[in-house]
Amino acid sequence: MPSLIHPPALLALEDGRLFRGFSFGAMGTCQGEICFNTSMSGYQEVLTDPSYRGQMVAMTYPLVGNYGTNQDDCESGEIHLRGFIIEETSDISSNWRSELRLQEYLQRHHVVAISGVDTRSLTKHLRISGVMRACLTTELMSDQEAVALAKATPFLEESDLVKEVSTKEIYEWDPAGNEKAPWGEVNTSFSKKEQEPIIVAYDFGVKKNILRLLRSHGMRVMVVPALTSAQDVLAMNPDGIFFSNGPGDPAKLSSIHQNARLLADHKPVFGICLGLQILGHAFGASTFKLKFGHRGANQPVQDLRTGKVMITSQNHGYAIDEECLPLSLEVTHRHLNDRTVAGLAHREKPLLAVQFHPEASPGPHDSLYLFEEFRKMIASRAG
Amino acid sequence: MPKDLTLKKILLIGAGPIVIGQGCEFDYSGVQACKALKEEGYQVVLVNSNPATIMTDPEFADRTYIEPITPEVVEKIIIREQPDSLLPTLGGQTALNVSMELVRRGILKKHGVRLIGANAEAIERGEDRTVFKNLMLEIGLEVANSGAAHSMEEVITIAEKIGSYPLIIRPAFTLGGAGGGIARNREELELIAQHGLDLSPTSEVLIEESLLGWKEFEMEVIRDCADNCIVICSIENIDPMGIHTGDSMTVAPIQTLTDKEYQRMRNASFAVIRAVGVETGGSNIQFALHPQTGRMLVIEMNPRVSRSSALASKATGYPIAKIAAKLAVGYRLDELTNDITKTTTACFEPTIDYCVVKIPRFTFEKFPLADATLTTQMKSVGEVMALGRTFKQALQKALRSLETGRFGLGADGKDTEPRLSDGTWDFATIEKNLRVPCAERIFMIRYAFLAGLSVDDIHQLSFIDPWFLHNILEIVQEEEEYRAKPDQIPLLRAKKMGFSDHQIAYLSNRSEDEVRAQRKAEGIYPTYRLVDTCAAEFEASTPYFYSTYGEEDEVKSSSKKKIMILGGGPNRIGQGIEFDYCCVHACFALQEEGYETIMVNSNPETVSTDYDTSDQLFFEPLTLEDVLNIYEREQCHGVVVQFGGQTPLNLAAALQQRGVTIIGTQPKSIEMAENRKHFSRMLEKLGLKQTVGATAINESEAVKIASEIGYPVLVRPSFVLGGRAMEIIHTETDLRRYIQTASAISPDSPILIDRFLEDATEVDVDCLADGHQCVIGGIMEHIEEAGIHSGDSACVIPTFSLSPTVLTKIRNATSLMALELHVRGLMNVQFAVKEEEVYILEVNPRASRTTPFVSKAIGVPLAKLAAKIMTGRTLSSLGFTQEIIPQHFCIKEAVMPFIKFPGTDIILGPEMRSTGEVMGLDVDLGRAYAKAQMAAHPPLPLGGNLFVSVKDADKKAIVPLVREFIDLGFSVYATRGTARTLQESGIEVLQLNRLSEGHPNVLDMIQKNNVHLIINTPSGKLPWRDEVVIRSAAVAHRIVTITVLRTAIASAAAIRSMLAGDLEVRSIQEYHQSL
Repeated sequence: MPSLIHPPALLALEDGRLFRGFSFGAMGTCQGEICFNTSMSGYQEVLTDPSYRGQMVAMTYPLVGNYGTNQDDCESGEIHLRGFIIEETSDISSNWRSELRLQEYLQRHHVVAISGVDTRSLTKHLRISGVMRACLTTELMSDQEAVALAKATPFLEESDLVKEVSTKEIYEWDPAGNEKAPWGEVNTSFSKKEQEPIIVAYDFGVKKNILRLLRSHGMRVMVVPALTSAQDVLAMNPDGIFFSNGPGDPAKLSSIHQNARLLADHKPVFGICLGLQILGHAFGASTFKLKFGHRGANQPVQDLRTGKVMITSQNHGYAIDEECLPLSLEVTHRHLNDRTVAGLAHREKPLLAVQFHPEASPGPHDSLYLFEEFRKMIASRAG
Repeated sequence: MPKDLTLKKILLIGAGPIVIGQGCEFDYSGVQACKALKEEGYQVVLVNSNPATIMTDPEFADRTYIEPITPEVVEKIIIREQPDSLLPTLGGQTALNVSMELVRRGILKKHGVRLIGANAEAIERGEDRTVFKNLMLEIGLEVANSGAAHSMEEVITIAEKIGSYPLIIRPAFTLGGAGGGIARNREELELIAQHGLDLSPTSEVLIEESLLGWKEFEMEVIRDCADNCIVICSIENIDPMGIHTGDSMTVAPIQTLTDKEYQRMRNASFAVIRAVGVETGGSNIQFALHPQTGRMLVIEMNPRVSRSSALASKATGYPIAKIAAKLAVGYRLDELTNDITKTTTACFEPTIDYCVVKIPRFTFEKFPLADATLTTQMKSVGEVMALGRTFKQALQKALRSLETGRFGLGADGKDTEPRLSDGTWDFATIEKNLRVPCAERIFMIRYAFLAGLSVDDIHQLSFIDPWFLHNILEIVQEEEEYRAKPDQIPLLRAKKMGFSDHQIAYLSNRSEDEVRAQRKAEGIYPTYRLVDTCAAEFEASTPYFYSTYGEEDEVKSSSKKKIMILGGGPNRIGQGIEFDYCCVHACFALQEEGYETIMVNSNPETVSTDYDTSDQLFFEPLTLEDVLNIYEREQCHGVVVQFGGQTPLNLAAALQQRGVTIIGTQPKSIEMAENRKHFSRMLEKLGLKQTVGATAINESEAVKIASEIGYPVLVRPSFVLGGRAMEIIHTETDLRRYIQTASAISPDSPILIDRFLEDATEVDVDCLADGHQCVIGGIMEHIEEAGIHSGDSACVIPTFSLSPTVLTKIRNATSLMALELHVRGLMNVQFAVKEEEVYILEVNPRASRTTPFVSKAIGVPLAKLAAKIMTGRTLSSLGFTQEIIPQHFCIKEAVMPFIKFPGTDIILGPEMRSTGEVMGLDVDLGRAYAKAQMAAHPPLPLGGNLFVSVKDADKKAIVPLVREFIDLGFSVYATRGTARTLQESGIEVLQLNRLSEGHPNVLDMIQKNNVHLIINTPSGKLPWRDEVVIRSAAVAHRIVTITVLRTAIASAAAIRSMLAGDLEVRSIQEYHQSL
């Protein structure tokens, strides 16, 4: 419960709806598109997921910060989301791995955060009205000013967010293969002695756990900037290409679509989230914006090839439009809640792409097998 | 895969009587299963010995057998019904054990019945501790260091191998961990292990390394036939390892694990359910986690629907039992729909946006000699659940839901602060109570904070996670701030911290009404939130609500006339499933009459809190504040208080004073029946007899009254249920002891003193009245004499020894009183009959504990009719105008919890101590009684060794009875006094030593399982020490021990009937047809 040491904070939505609460992060004002996430655990992974660039996130689970924060559970080096909205934070953190309380962690990363918000009301509002722009402030300003700032927030579609989060240089992820995927039991049929294939991973805002999992499935991973040309990638002579998750509107990345098309014609490719949308666009599919997105760790997806259902972690605001899916692509996975496309394959080429997050973090590990599938795809190509 | 069309008829086994460790949650799961299977077009055959269940209502299954759940009886049902399959996973441990026994005996194979839901191998792997442990190691999961022992020698070897105390002892295949415990040294080890070896049907105990201070977690998991696995709910125990999870305060979802740690536990849960091989349905898996290292151990799994899964269903809105039943007949999860959203799939994991707290309810006050320390053996008899947006809200709500007189964590005027005589804090007591867990530990944490202990100090003592402690500290801090400056703290802030109006009133020296007025003036009302399985991501249609103080309210009110039904709150001794049964019936009946029903209850085990039961479900505490809030929010037409036991009755007057319309019998009639003076005056006016008695408000008055009316007297406080603190007193010394120790006496809470009629027959009557007419539902003749609480007595419909004159008197008296009290609904009367004279002991103008039993005996749903009467219907318009006297015999027998409270004497008295009941049905009285005994456990022996030791007063009467037993083929043993009496009458009897006289004595025989029946009538309130030792040993060895002469007579008759011919089974539908 906030006491006097917590200064007031205000969340203003572009449609004029206001939520008052208390600051528990950095002081200041931030703007962005506001969305909600229904995961009951994993706030630290959410905070550090580059896909949230440009957004503010409200957690539907009301009690956040209970287990503090630690170095191991970061999905990137910084906090990408613009503002963080919760019902109640904890003054103490209780977990043997905790290093820093959430409050300090947010302050250290200059992230504005508000507690004391009825996040269920906020969630219902967003569910009914759709995601929208918002302003979160701890500064003295009138309600009208805050709403005006919300309205003045650039649309997500207008920002080049991928460029902001992508690596500036090419690097190899964990060459020695020392870093383990934390807690995830990796089942791979490939032995250590085998020749390790080389993967080029496009970083559109890649989560660390994807890189860890590619590596722990016995692949060498060269991470490249988002705008690296297809020619430059092919010059590295990779065995497969990975297209990462990332923020923003997938339709706006036309040069990347072209690169993707060139590469997919030559190499086995694997895409996750934004990676799927890019690969879709590459083959002529289109995407549309969902009313309030899919963000949470309880989303059921059916693998149409086996009939098996897995519970997946998801974080996307756009989806592939199935109505005008090119004939070359087929739907391999489907979201069971709204029946949207959750996975694609190419009818002739080795292409594997999913809308959800098999690397979890946060979320269930049910779809880890896709990393193994990618590795097999490469092996059969080589064989 | 769609449903299995090769199945036609499914046998479903219920859980039998309510006992500690197996409560009414299995009625909830059974009802869901019945409904789900019938919805799919299957024929359902049900067996359950518990008449107080909704599932045994004739309309829930095609054929319902209220018969003992034993392999022999179930085989008879199988032969008669020829089911093709048996669903064993929805009736608790009882159903699982009997199903396994049917498998072992080859009965299922013989009759071509297959197990669905879980196969025998999977059940074995989940239940056999050694097999389970090895399996866990095989799949790479850790378990506690341990070993299974079948003898004391093996126990010691294993203990030496583990190498340190304390050690945990868990017997195999016992309910609620009965017979388990923690041994801190070798002596304790031997004592507990022996008890465990004796209790375990396989004579097996597990000796385990202590996990003292480890954190405990539970996962509720579902798997379908396509190997899709989902977690429905994760649960974190507030209490550390070492306290049975049924006795632990728990929270959902898990609060203190990161996603990485949570996912590791989720993966392990799926690995466990797959390795054990539970093909379809729910399982509960328990984990221990080291708080400093994170080392995770698998503790155990239940390959079936459990108490925790009922909690998980209510906590999330995901109907586990219903889904489990559908999966058992072949559906896949993704072929089923989420009931709550109606648009999304059932193959998902619920995500919640609130915090759930469960707190168990104990009744140690009923068992003063029992050890009240919380251990690995479950001792609680009920539980409450509360939902809030924060842990603090949920915790305070749960504490006031308990109905132990508390209105939150504290600051309610009910605190008993541990202080020394000089007024300083008693740190020794605080520390001891934090270190040794007891039922009141949560309040002790508050005292500890008030006394200045830190979160860390309390954690070191109690091992409760600092996160929970810190939240409790915040409640304490808010309380202190509010106390210091009530004018400056916003009321809304205190409400958001979960404080009740009562607490706020106490802290600011006001009345609750004043706080309520302020709250309304400031526009502070609770907002009701949906339990929707999806944290508002999708629109939900199921009206299941909890309150919080937030921005918006989600109740969509309709314009229909609404009636609110107040539930019974947590189960406790004296108020259990019977009342929930009545509440559920009221819901159904009022819906039939066109009303919208609003259910308010706090007990997650119940059918009443199934969101399918009422039109709107409010999962809220049953306090004045919480009930009024809902009543006013929903503008109800009226409230029903007759069905939930004492809980709603205690609220009735206060509600009415605040403008609430009580429908049915009015609170002033209740007051009239409860108030000694008014009641006597009424009986006098009606010309009815009562035992002489009076009300006393202090000790000297009590002594004076008692000497005037003459001993023995029956004393009790007014306004209680279940005979709480009721005693038969023979001397003035005893009376003074009673007043000084057992009962608080004051002008506000007087005690009632009555002349006690010795050796009178007790009769219970349930009737319905509509203001013009009264119709008897049933006249029940008790087996045990008056003076033994009616809840602990066996009783029979129809009566078997009462003369027509007596019956006429009873009928007339009942009718006169019902009309005089303006009863609109149900009324229960207790009579004592002595020498053809009928005395009125007690009248309760409400649904009684026997309502479901009578309804099942006569085939008329009395509670339903009562609810309809409350809305203005008449008995004649409902077509119930004449008493129905069945041609067959219906026996209700009580089930006692003594096995869970070693050291407690088992003699019956005026204070109720049974937890549940069973029903025996047969055309023959003796066989009906035998069936009831069989269902209540242990069954009557049909021969063997009888040990007799009776008090002097019974010595004459025992002679013909022993002759009867000898005639039935028993050999008779007796102690010296009884033996002499028998020998003098020419009966051959083997004399045994008293315990002090050396060996061989009766204890030796008991321990060698060489006694099959014991008749031992107690010699007084403070019995001879030997008696208690003998009776306790007999309970531990599951030997039938009869402490009342009339019970012995009935038992002899029952044994004779049993020897005369084979048992037959018949469904309740067939019995009802013959009425």
